[in-house]
Amino acid sequence: MTDLLTLAGVNTHIGRYHILHGVDFGVPEGQTTMLLGRNGAGKTTTLRTIMGLWPASSGQIALAGQRIEANATPDIARLGIGYVPESMAVFSDLTVKENLVLAARDGPLDDSRLEWIFGFFPALRRFWLSRAGSLSGGQKQMLSIARAIVEPRKLLLIDEPTKGLAPAIVVALIECFAEIKRRGATILLVEQNFRVAQEIGDAVLVMDNGKIVHRGDMAELANDSAAQERLLGLSLEAHQ
Amino acid sequence: MTDLAATDPLPKPKRDFLPALLPIILALAVLPLIGSGSSWVTLTVASLAMGMMIFIMASGLTLVFGLMDVLNFGHGAFIAVGAYVATLVLLPLAGWVQADSLLVNLAVLAPAALLAMAVSGALGLVVERVLILPVYGQHLKQILMTTGGLIVAEQALYALWGPQIIPLPLPTSLRGSFIIGDVAIAKYRLLAMLVGLVVFLAVQLVLNRTKIGLLIRAGVENREMVEALGYRIRQLFLGVFMVGSALAGFGGIMWALYREQVHASMGNDLTVLIFIVVIIGGLGSIGGCFIGALLVAMVANYGGFLVPKLALVSNILLMVAVLMWRPRGLYAVTSR
Repeated sequence: MTDLLTLAGVNTHIGRYHILHGVDFGVPEGQTTMLLGRNGAGKTTTLRTIMGLWPASSGQIALAGQRIEANATPDIARLGIGYVPESMAVFSDLTVKENLVLAARDGPLDDSRLEWIFGFFPALRRFWLSRAGSLSGGQKQMLSIARAIVEPRKLLLIDEPTKGLAPAIVVALIECFAEIKRRGATILLVEQNFRVAQEIGDAVLVMDNGKIVHRGDMAELANDSAAQERLLGLSLEAHQ
Repeated sequence: MTDLAATDPLPKPKRDFLPALLPIILALAVLPLIGSGSSWVTLTVASLAMGMMIFIMASGLTLVFGLMDVLNFGHGAFIAVGAYVATLVLLPLAGWVQADSLLVNLAVLAPAALLAMAVSGALGLVVERVLILPVYGQHLKQILMTTGGLIVAEQALYALWGPQIIPLPLPTSLRGSFIIGDVAIAKYRLLAMLVGLVVFLAVQLVLNRTKIGLLIRAGVENREMVEALGYRIRQLFLGVFMVGSALAGFGGIMWALYREQVHASMGNDLTVLIFIVVIIGGLGSIGGCFIGALLVAMVANYGGFLVPKLALVSNILLMVAVLMWRPRGLYAVTSR
């Protein structure tokens, strides 16, 4: 399977801090790749670097063979990347509808796609005209994900979507990600909850200290408790 | 309740009406102090007219700060340039200005206003590209660059038009007052109120009913996420900057006609007032800017009438009072 996204020798500095140290990996097309690692390992920085929000200081990033590391964030997004940040970043002053209208940059909202989204997240239909700022944390996360999938995207970068959410919502998100994948999208998903990662991941990358320290099959890592302990240590204990 | 099904309604969002009621509360509070009803009406109308003009001039600045975190101390230059450019039309066509016909007066005012807005907007484009683009994210340099720009603009106006104050008489049909009982309401003040209200409603309409407006509101809140959705916020900002500059130019001609004179330092003189309005209103908030402009004008007019010695510091005192009550302004939008 070919890689839709590839990173080669990517270094990122934030101010005088060197965060990513030569990150190399590929994200296979049509698969869900989990990016795991301890807090501060560089997972969020990796996603932000791909999006151009913290530009790479060196190295190469390519989407479907096209180099993007020098592109501005809007140009990267327009190549077909949807981004769900850890903070969710919904526009709280705007309604649910307005948030989605903005996300649909190629034209008006597609009713059938909206119905598909409402199938996972019925709360969004109910609070369609409510201000996003008045939604609960879980509902904001649904809106943030809905915003990324309101139009078809080649690649979704999703940062810790299940953090702090109720189990029922986590189940809905897992179902949503599976369906997105079935529709042909590629997902790179940062996750701290190993059980969630196990359930939805095809491939896995583990980061530590700004480097990729493990890459492989998610199922293999799920069956190798020694590797889990060695690679993920504290985060595993915290979430299992 | 499960967030997923969301069978329960959302908690009702808190409607924050108090800041919007402040101008009314203030107007009613000073009524007994002023004593005379006719004086109160005159002062209130003067305040509303002045407030609307300040709002027109300040609205662009608040969006510029809210959207891109840019401190533009040169905003006053657009006001002065707008007023001077208007004289290019109004002075040669003085006969039309002095004609006793509203239609003829408007026929000269409209192109003067359009030219003022066009030149101020174009100047905004140059200022953004030349002065502000190199110093994004650097507040100190922004202050230095834009203050320098204001000084250069002011001196350029002196060089081009000379140091003298240029008289700019009101068009004949806008002179005088409507007399209702023992109350005289100046015609131009009514026009200024009307124009300010139209501008406010138009800006609200754009911000709330168009995709560009949604982008501006979203950008004020989180510009990074707007970019991550694929929108080039720099271009959006340039557009907002130009419209804000054009509005300042329009405010400049309104203000010049109100004072019936044009001088190169008028923009500089208004800069502090406009910044007070933007800070009081809450950076990036058009509604807050509107309320702030009315409050500033009311405090200036009522304060000048009741306690003339405090007139010079009244708006600073107002700003201090508002910020002690709400440190991020009346209607905070950004977290900055």
